[in-house]
Amino acid sequence: MSEKEIKNLEEIFEARIARDDKIEPKDWMPEKYRKTHIRQISQHAHSEVVGMLPEGNWITRAPSLRRKAALLAKVQDEGGHGLYLYSAAETLGISREEMYEQLHSGKAKYSSIFNYPSITWADIGAIGWLVDGAAIINQVALCGTSFGPYARAMVRICKEESFHQRQGYEIMLTLSRGTEEQKAMAQDALNRWWWPSLMMFGPRDEDSPHTAQSMKWKLKRKTNDELRQQFVDQTVPQADILGISVPDPDLKFNSETGHYEFGEINWDEFWQVVKGHGPCNKERMEARVGAWEGGAWVRDAAMAYAEKQEKRKVAKAS
Amino acid sequence: MKNQDLYKYVLGVADNSLILGQRLGELCGHGPNLETDIALTNIALDLFGQTRSYYQYAAKLEGNGKTEDDVAMLRLERDYKNVLLVEQPNTHFGHVIARQYLFDVFHYQLMTALLNSNDETLAAIAAKSIKEVSYHKRFSGDWLKRLGDGTEESHEKMQEAIDHYWPYTDELFDMTESDVKMAAEGIGVDVSEFKESYYKEVSDLLEEATLEVPANPYFKKGGKEGIHSEHMGYILTELQYMQRTYPNMTW
Repeated sequence: MSEKEIKNLEEIFEARIARDDKIEPKDWMPEKYRKTHIRQISQHAHSEVVGMLPEGNWITRAPSLRRKAALLAKVQDEGGHGLYLYSAAETLGISREEMYEQLHSGKAKYSSIFNYPSITWADIGAIGWLVDGAAIINQVALCGTSFGPYARAMVRICKEESFHQRQGYEIMLTLSRGTEEQKAMAQDALNRWWWPSLMMFGPRDEDSPHTAQSMKWKLKRKTNDELRQQFVDQTVPQADILGISVPDPDLKFNSETGHYEFGEINWDEFWQVVKGHGPCNKERMEARVGAWEGGAWVRDAAMAYAEKQEKRKVAKAS
Repeated sequence: MKNQDLYKYVLGVADNSLILGQRLGELCGHGPNLETDIALTNIALDLFGQTRSYYQYAAKLEGNGKTEDDVAMLRLERDYKNVLLVEQPNTHFGHVIARQYLFDVFHYQLMTALLNSNDETLAAIAAKSIKEVSYHKRFSGDWLKRLGDGTEESHEKMQEAIDHYWPYTDELFDMTESDVKMAAEGIGVDVSEFKESYYKEVSDLLEEATLEVPANPYFKKGGKEGIHSEHMGYILTELQYMQRTYPNMTW
C-alpha cells in the first residue's frame, strides 16, 4: 500500500471514530490502534482471571452458605468475563496462548489491586464494594469505546459487575450493622482497600502516557483523575451510610466545587506494586503460572483426544 | 425431634454435596484452563445450592430456630455423614475428574430414584438437582474420556486416579439404619438396588476411555457412619472457621 493510500485509510478511520462508528475486526485500523487495544483488552482479561484468586481465597471459609454461593457465582462470572475479553482481544489477531505467555512472563500487566491480600471476610465485602465499584466507573466509560467487540463485552460485563458491587456493599452493610467485632472488621477492610482502590484509576494525568491517544480513540472518555474524582464522590457517602470512616485525614467536601477533596496517593507504593513488588505479586503469578504449567498435560490430552476423534470420524466416513 | 431418621437421611444425602462442593471450591483460579475453572466453579455452585435446600429442610425438621448454617457448619466431625469419596483431596486434575465422575454417576441414579420419594420436599429437591447432576456427569465423563484416551501421560494419570478412588465406590451403596427405615417408608432410596447398574455404567465408560476397570476387591468405608478419613478435620476447620470464631452473628 502506498503512503497516500494509508493516509487516506487513516483519514477515513479517524472520521469513523469521530462519527462514533464502531470499528469491527475486519475493518482497517492503524497498527497502533490494534496494538493498544490488544494491550488494554488483554490486560483487562488478565485482571479478571488474576482477580479470581484473592476472592477465591475465601470460598472455603465463607461464613454462611448464602455468602459462599454468592461468592462462587461471582468468581465464576469473573472467569466468564475473562473469556469474553480474551475472545474480544483474539479478534485483533492474537491468540490466548500468546496473551497468557505475556502475562506469565510479566510483559503484560493486570490490575494492581489484585496484588493485595484478602485477609479477612470483610475484605470480600470491600473488594465487591470498592474494587468492583472502581471497575464499573472505568468500564461504563468503555461501553462507548470505538472498538465494537470491546464495547459489546463491556455492556455484558457491566451488568454483572453492578450486581457484584451491590453484593459487596451488602456484605459491608451487614457487618457494619453487626457486632462490634464485625464493625471493626469492616473498618479495617476499608482502611486497607481504600487507597489501593484509588490507585486502580492509574497514575495522575500528567504521568499517564497513553491518555491523549486513548481519549482520541474513545478508549477513554475521561481522564484517570476525573474518573478517580467520580469514584471518591460516589463512594464517600456510601461509607457514611455504613458508619465507617475513609482513612484520609485530608478528605473534605468542597461545597463550591461539589466535589470531595482528598489526600495524596502514595505513588511510591503504586509504582512498587505496578513494577511487581507488591504484597502478593509473586504469589499471584506463581498461582497462575503453576495452574498453567500444572495443567499442560490436561490440555495436551484434550488436543490428542480431539485429534483421535477427528481421525475416527474421517475413517468412518471413508 | 419428631423424625430423627428423616433428619439423618437428609444429612446423608446433603453432606456429600457440601463436602464435594468444598473440595471443588478450593480449585477456583487454579484449573488447567479458564473453561474448566468456570465449569468446576459452576459444579461447586450447583452442589452448594442443593446443600442449602436440604439443610433448610433439615433445619426445619430439627426445629429450635436452627438454620441451614447451623446444620452446615456447627456439627462435630463425627456427625457428618458424607461418603469418604467426596472428602478426598484434589491431588491433580485427573483425581478431581475421577472423584467427580464416580460420584456423579451415583448422584444421578440417586436423584432419579428420589424423584419418586413420598416426601414432597425431597422429591422437589431431586427434580431441581437432576438437571444439574446430569450436566456434572456429562462434564466429568467427557473429561474421563479425554484424559483416558488422550496422551500416554494422561492415560497413566487417569488410570492411577481411577485405581486410587475405586476402593471408595462400594460405600456409596451402603445403607445406614436410617437409610433402611426411610427406604421402607418410600421416603428414602434403597441405593443397593442400583449398585449393579452403577458398576455397569462406570465400567462401560472406563472401557470407552481405554481404561482398566480396577480388580481391587478391598473397599474403604465409614463416612456414612461419621468415621471419616484424616482429611475431613481440615475441611471442617476451613468450613467452620468463621462460625466457630464469631458465634451467633449474621453475615
